[in-house]
Amino acid sequence: MSFLRSLLLILIFRPLALFMTGADVANRERLPLKGPAIIAANHSSHVDTLLMLAIFPSKALRRLRPAAAADYFLRDPVIGWFSRRVIGIVPVARAKAGSGEDVLAPAREALAAGDIVLVFPEGTRGEGETDEMGRLKSGVARLAEAFPDAPVIPVWIQGAGRVLPKGEVVPVPLNCAVLVGEALHWEGSRPAFMDTLRTALLALKAEAPPLRWRDG
Amino acid sequence: MTILDQVSRFLADQPPVLLQGLAGVVVLLGLAAAIAAVLPLLKPEKSYVELRLRISSWWVMVALLAGALLAGWPATVAMFALISFLGLREFLSLAPTRREDRFAILAAYGVLIASYGFIVADLYMFYLVFIPVWVFLGMPFLMAMLGQTRGYLATAATFHWGLVTCVYNLGFAAFLMRTPTVEALPAGAAGLVFFLLLATEFNDVAQYVWGKLLGRHKILPTVSPNKTWEGFLGGWLSAGLLIWFVGPVFTPLSGLGLAIMAVVLPVAGFAGDVTMSAVKRDIGVKDTSHAIPGHGGVLDRADSLTFTAPLYFHLMALYALDRF
Repeated sequence: MSFLRSLLLILIFRPLALFMTGADVANRERLPLKGPAIIAANHSSHVDTLLMLAIFPSKALRRLRPAAAADYFLRDPVIGWFSRRVIGIVPVARAKAGSGEDVLAPAREALAAGDIVLVFPEGTRGEGETDEMGRLKSGVARLAEAFPDAPVIPVWIQGAGRVLPKGEVVPVPLNCAVLVGEALHWEGSRPAFMDTLRTALLALKAEAPPLRWRDG
Repeated sequence: MTILDQVSRFLADQPPVLLQGLAGVVVLLGLAAAIAAVLPLLKPEKSYVELRLRISSWWVMVALLAGALLAGWPATVAMFALISFLGLREFLSLAPTRREDRFAILAAYGVLIASYGFIVADLYMFYLVFIPVWVFLGMPFLMAMLGQTRGYLATAATFHWGLVTCVYNLGFAAFLMRTPTVEALPAGAAGLVFFLLLATEFNDVAQYVWGKLLGRHKILPTVSPNKTWEGFLGGWLSAGLLIWFVGPVFTPLSGLGLAIMAVVLPVAGFAGDVTMSAVKRDIGVKDTSHAIPGHGGVLDRADSLTFTAPLYFHLMALYALDRF
């Protein structure tokens, strides 16, 4: 399975992502090569996941597990098989949040197994095409608390919302910039951690090339 | 037959002058790499990382283009189609567009395929009028049909500017490969493209080097703060002399045609560079992307070529080639 996944990701998904986005990565050397590690990125499109899978060094690719909504990606057997086996998702049961059930259990297991978990703290893709950052959910802080030695790497993805905005089905090739920030570490407080993460993401966004997407 | 035999037979079929020209470029690059290796020893306080990155990228670009030129017209046309695609994608990503324009962006890539299709089909007259007339009319019509009129005129102009520079103008370099073999070409059709690239990039590099060595007086501080009169004039003279003395080796140009080329092409290269700088300044970026380490984006490298390619093509057509 892992071999098939690597093969598909490297031979099909990587060229596809390069064609669609150009994958303009800044500070690629900051990406973690071994787990446990957490990557926290903004989310505006399905292209985000594809792009992260495409820019990861091949030798660390088998460790990369994108967290994804169970209600959306496991809704039917075909997409579910694809999401689990090819994308390698860690399911998050959004619907059960607050019910007392630990929705982050699969993510914890992955981190415990030494995987690199990719999370989108906004929880869902942003609605606007302007790539404004939404409100961050604190699940990422709980993961960092549970694995205080795991670095949290903030990543800003600029432009994916134009390649394939929410609600559209036809992707359009346009350049995307991926800005990798310096690793953050858990320092004992959830609100403080979320503040640091938000500041780090906004600082990366400020460095990204401008998006001139006029709203008519 | 061993692979070695195949390689030597393949090379034997190439115009010898073209192979010598490519070997010359390899020697020049090797020289530049040697200088870049020695410089840090002479001036240890300065960083030469950027220079080394630039030269490493040159090796890759030279290898890709030389491979395409030696492989023949289909490979060269494919290579320029790829350069056009990367340039157009960079341009459309940075230029202001509207949400409704996603479909127009797809259509622009369709125009690229059709335009290069005319080169593959060797339909010169179709190529000549397709983008400047029919796409010029068709894209704004398509945008009108998309129903968004806010920023309409500016967006229609933006798309046309991108398509003409990135697709139509660069395509002329590829169309040179369709020059028939019956014409007296000293280094084949590939020699024409080779010399266009050599003269354009030599002019770029010469302007850069003269500017670094002697640059004092800024030529256009509001548009391109690093450009100086010394760099421009030094580059003009160096590239002009290169065209005058080396041009006849690779092209059928001579006399008046060659003289005009030597005087005008370096100026066109400068013009392309400055024009793209104005676009970047307007958009608010320094480089169009980071696709080529040390150089920036594809458009940062190909900016002068978007001006020199049509000029070179038209002077060739006027003075030396019967086909066009």
